[in-house]
Amino acid sequence: MGRVVMVTGVAGDPGADFVRMIRDEPGVDRVIGVDMVEPGSTPDGVDFVLADIRNPMIAKVVASAAVDTVVHLSPSEVPPNHGGAVSIKETNVIGTMQLLAACQKAPSIRRLVVRSTTAVYGGSPRDPALFAEDTEPRVQPSAGWAKDAVEIEGYVRGFARRRPDVAVTVLRFAPQLGPRTDSPMGSYFGLPVLPTVLGYDPRLQFVHEDDLLEALRIAVLADRPGTYNIAAEGVLFLSQAARRLGRPVLPFPAAAVGLVNQGLRRVGSVHLSAEQVRLLTHGRVVDPTRAREKLGFVAARSTAETFADYAWGRHSAGLFDPRLLAQVPDRLATLLLTRRSPDG
Amino acid sequence: MGDARIIPFDGAASGARTPAPRSGRRTARPARAVRVPEPVEGEVPVRSIEGRPAEERPTRERPVREHEEGAGAGPRRAPGTGRSLLGSLAGAVGGVVGGAAAGLLDGVAGPGWEDKAADGLAFLRRRITGDYEVDEFGFDPELNDKLMAALRVVYEQYFRVEVSGLENIPAKGGALIVANHSGTLPVDALMTQVAVHDHHPDRRNLRLLAADLVFQLPLVGSVARKSGHTLACHADAERLLAKGELVGVWPEGYKGLGKPFSERYKLQRFGRGGFVSAALRTGVPIVPCSIVGAEEIYPMVGNVRTLARLLNLPYFPVTPTFPLLGPLGLVPLPTRWRIEFGAPIRTDAYAQEAADDPMVVFNLTDEVRETIQHTIYRLLMQRRSVFF
Repeated sequence: MGRVVMVTGVAGDPGADFVRMIRDEPGVDRVIGVDMVEPGSTPDGVDFVLADIRNPMIAKVVASAAVDTVVHLSPSEVPPNHGGAVSIKETNVIGTMQLLAACQKAPSIRRLVVRSTTAVYGGSPRDPALFAEDTEPRVQPSAGWAKDAVEIEGYVRGFARRRPDVAVTVLRFAPQLGPRTDSPMGSYFGLPVLPTVLGYDPRLQFVHEDDLLEALRIAVLADRPGTYNIAAEGVLFLSQAARRLGRPVLPFPAAAVGLVNQGLRRVGSVHLSAEQVRLLTHGRVVDPTRAREKLGFVAARSTAETFADYAWGRHSAGLFDPRLLAQVPDRLATLLLTRRSPDG
Repeated sequence: MGDARIIPFDGAASGARTPAPRSGRRTARPARAVRVPEPVEGEVPVRSIEGRPAEERPTRERPVREHEEGAGAGPRRAPGTGRSLLGSLAGAVGGVVGGAAAGLLDGVAGPGWEDKAADGLAFLRRRITGDYEVDEFGFDPELNDKLMAALRVVYEQYFRVEVSGLENIPAKGGALIVANHSGTLPVDALMTQVAVHDHHPDRRNLRLLAADLVFQLPLVGSVARKSGHTLACHADAERLLAKGELVGVWPEGYKGLGKPFSERYKLQRFGRGGFVSAALRTGVPIVPCSIVGAEEIYPMVGNVRTLARLLNLPYFPVTPTFPLLGPLGLVPLPTRWRIEFGAPIRTDAYAQEAADDPMVVFNLTDEVRETIQHTIYRLLMQRRSVFF
């Protein structure tokens, strides 16, 4: 008998692509997508259930379909539908609690895959340069999506204790970037001028949207419970990324970042969350070794390649197009150095 | 003469440095330049040089760049639109500066300036386009070389550092350099970095383990990262050593750095021996390093504790010139330095569990500390004067 996979958050970004990917896998009989909003288009072969996972009704879905694998993708940084900070916390944390309660009651459940984030490590000058899965953060994240993720992981650990027969995999994803999907870091790099924090040049690490899906696929199909960092190899400095993209940077003193953020929100372009401001100040790099050795996942694209792919997908070079800027030294070289030739 | 150096300028790929005949130089012109319709070009003497279309450029090794190139050559953007301004600017800058500078440099600088100019421009090109690599700690070797060049002046002209025992540092593989700390500001660590970078036969990069204060400070923190430094913690030290890097540690920390002038050259407690257990876990040798001369650069005669607490600093130094002379007091005294690297202490003979055995760790810590202390006494005896 094939497997029945339930995916939460299918109207959102990784969810919609992931159900398409997983339904074609051999050995998967049925894919059930759950979300509280209707997805743009339900792919063929996926049963969509319009449900709020905060509602106990989700338990009936799990039980009646004899679901054996639950992929919990709905926790996210961005509100699903014009919701505020309170509503996003509700869906993230309370939704996870309800879902886990439903799973605990369902004897058919064999595997649980939960989406988390590397933001759980926080990021401060007192942390090591690379976070491994067992690194204790010096400063716990105190708000926003990072704190939600810490709480979600806490509940998931509790669930794993109570249901030792269920293989639980927690994937901590680095900030996602790619040409297709929107992401908080993607919209930040879409700004014509990048606001930065004066005196800080964070090391950034991303994961490509395709790599993210691949990691989820491996986690669902292989039986490798545990917590894993899912991130690309290598890092880029923010200054370096801005130059590659051709975006000018505008540094603000750390004290003024709040004001800048308010301004950005008023303009309506982008809102930088507290978590993003922290990322743009101190940066965050994780060690993907455990995922490579134990999960068998290796990111196909490095951070630099992910960023290049993202830049290519933006379809617009920045104000300081690197290809144009490169002409200045190129021309200088031609003019300075070709004047002098052996015969002239 | 400078032919071979000019050719690779075409692409960012420096791997393609092959000598080419003079005719090859014509193709060395950046391909993009052709697309730019600029009026200034008429005045440029090299106007007749033909560029190749982007598609014919030599393919580069890195797939990323190819990707970007492909994007540039693709149909998504009409070539020439929106880039004429910067393009003509580039042309104008190139024309004026190139014409004037080439004539001037011919007279002023001797032969060989072309090579230097080509190198400098290639560096500039990589920096402004972001086309350089850093490791996961943020170490930027290319930028670090420039930083080292700046510090070299201080190293050679100001402190006139004399270095010995570099043969004790292995040519490759991990090793932990342990040194005494002094001088109120960690100038000794930077000078040791220059010593290894400039004078070791393999020109190795010394990765320093720094206090968290360094990374809390704006600007200082990011420069430190780019120069290859990282936080002094077990995780980072072991990761670097396991990667086969040369790591430098000053285990006295603030206690050594900010000790009063009256206690100069008296080694403080060597932390809790964390550096020894890191070396034991990774099985790398410990190279003791003794630095003489750094103690006298800022003679710390007092410490304003209240001010230090207020500013959240480990100490607030008072020297004969600081804060009396204000910023002028930040100029260190021009002492003459000696840096000596001692015989390496091997750790690979110990069992894996030794790192968790406090007795082994304490004994090794003491051994390293005693070695450094005795070397310092010997160097002090040999020293004729603090300044000469």
